[in-house]
Amino acid sequence: MTDASLTPWKVETRAKASATFAIVAALIILLAFAAPLFVSRSVLQDLFFILTMLVLAQNWNLLAGYAGLVSVGQQAFVGFGAYAMFALVILAGLDPLAAILLAGIASSLLAVPTAFFLFRLQGAYFAIGSWVIAEVVRLALAQLKMLGGGTGTSLPREATRDMPALKLVGELFGVKSSGAGDILTYWLALLLAIATIGLVYRLLRSKQGLGLAAVRDNQEAARSVGVDARRMKTLVYLAAAFGTGLCGALIYVQKARISPDAAFSVVDWTAYVIFIVVIGGIGTIEGPIVGVIVFYILQNLLADYGSWYLLILGLIGIAIMLFAPRGLWGLFAERTGIQLFPVRRRLTGGTVTPSKKGGPHG
Amino acid sequence: MMWIDTIVQGILLGGLYALFAAGLSLVFGIMRLVNLAHGDLIVLAAFLILVMVSALGLNPFVAALVAMPLMFAIGWALQFYLLNRTFGTDILPPLLVTFGLSIVIQNGLLEGFTADSRRIPVGGLDSASVALGPINVGVMPLLTLASAVAVIIGLNQLFYRTSLGRAFRAISDDPVTAGLMGIRPKNIFATATGIAMVVVTIAALYLGTRANFDPTIGPARLIYAFEAVIIGGLGSLWGTLFGGIVIGVAQTFGAAVNPEWQILAGHLAFLLVLLLKPRGLFPRAVD
Repeated sequence: MTDASLTPWKVETRAKASATFAIVAALIILLAFAAPLFVSRSVLQDLFFILTMLVLAQNWNLLAGYAGLVSVGQQAFVGFGAYAMFALVILAGLDPLAAILLAGIASSLLAVPTAFFLFRLQGAYFAIGSWVIAEVVRLALAQLKMLGGGTGTSLPREATRDMPALKLVGELFGVKSSGAGDILTYWLALLLAIATIGLVYRLLRSKQGLGLAAVRDNQEAARSVGVDARRMKTLVYLAAAFGTGLCGALIYVQKARISPDAAFSVVDWTAYVIFIVVIGGIGTIEGPIVGVIVFYILQNLLADYGSWYLLILGLIGIAIMLFAPRGLWGLFAERTGIQLFPVRRRLTGGTVTPSKKGGPHG
Repeated sequence: MMWIDTIVQGILLGGLYALFAAGLSLVFGIMRLVNLAHGDLIVLAAFLILVMVSALGLNPFVAALVAMPLMFAIGWALQFYLLNRTFGTDILPPLLVTFGLSIVIQNGLLEGFTADSRRIPVGGLDSASVALGPINVGVMPLLTLASAVAVIIGLNQLFYRTSLGRAFRAISDDPVTAGLMGIRPKNIFATATGIAMVVVTIAALYLGTRANFDPTIGPARLIYAFEAVIIGGLGSLWGTLFGGIVIGVAQTFGAAVNPEWQILAGHLAFLLVLLLKPRGLFPRAVD
């Protein structure tokens, strides 16, 4: 025994570049909040699209990448959140902003019975089961004549125009209500994206996050050391339903027109989201951020090619899954060791004494 | 009387769903793989038959016979070169790769055949019917159910009477030990998917001749097939037929009450079975 081996060990998560990144991130966030001052409306709308896709992707990543729950039915919560918001505005006359929050809660309430059914299915069966649930919710909501039935309905103009928050933003920037609407929804999307990333990051660094990673990597081993796998998965499922529903409601405040086929579209709300996460890197917080940027660039490049776009996206997704299952960010992080949101716990301090052959214990 | 008619029509429709499901059940049973592109492969086969019927002027049944070896080759290659690479302890790669494949096939078909509704012409056969006691049943639906029964008998014979079937069962039970006994899982998996694609071709023939289809209807077929497999219980082909019939009858009853409830009623029947018997009605395999 040498003295060196007595230096205390420390468990650390901080990684190369993560401290520098924290400062850069703070600057980016400040800049993003100020964006309405210097960018045009169409740029704001694009940013809104990117941010909401990012929120959906982070939620799906939390489910599939961290809890091992591969859902292809998250459109159930996008659509249900959107419909709940429409119902609260049209039928109960609520302010759309309050309705967004309540729609998120409604979505997580919907997740309680669906979890009851879905958690009877394992792995791959869970995936298709979630799709069935989404179909059931879509078909059931299409029966509601007061929300437009199968053809859908629009938000009443006065409901969106007379929002107190909208008037405030309008006066602040001196723009008309439609322009103020874009600024307001953009800010909300930005807030939601920051909150989602922040909460996911906090969760993963907490004791629960450690349990979650353990369950994902080896459920039996995790359970044997006292992690309640089922409880963790249920909580993640409910949380993702909340976030996805909230985001769905926000997207449809901006769209102001809803129909069952659009609100429950598996391509728009699940296929795109899966490709974003897979291309960027599943199981990392950085992955969906990288993925959404690549996705946006591809969409602009291939916008004129119709179904070729989805075809190419599908091929890229397959190629990444086969040859680089950790995605673009995974490739980058592997080479550089850079982590912007470090969640992996590492032992530091202490000194590793090189073992001498033939010594005690070999 | 109307109820009997509804039940009979439902059972016949169930034959179609059982055909959708038989290929899925086969692949499920042997390699625990859920092919999310299964429905799109059915639609792909339907377009293949349609092309042969309209371009070469073949009879649809002959066209299906010609399409079978082609689809077998597609399935074999798909499994051997693509899906076999995704197998491991992680369930993500096979799911996400087949999901990507589903999107690729759908959009490839959209690009090649546009979104128009098509139908495979079968002469006067699609409107022909026979009197079965007091009710009339269509010849095509009857043929569908008969084909489903024949396919399931054939697959069961294959499973329990041939050396290939023995290899299938061995790999399904314990892939590692099966490998030690000289079975090459990769080849067996590829053959299994090839056979599943032959069944898919038969399903496609009836899908395309009985109703209109377009490149986007694949996922719904996958869902019906999946529901039939789960209702029947994993690993039981007769269970799968029964599961298909449950969905079919539920749908025709739903449609009899209100046409808008047809699909919903089928899904609700599935959820009900999942609630009461989570392992299906005739479970055989564990997992």
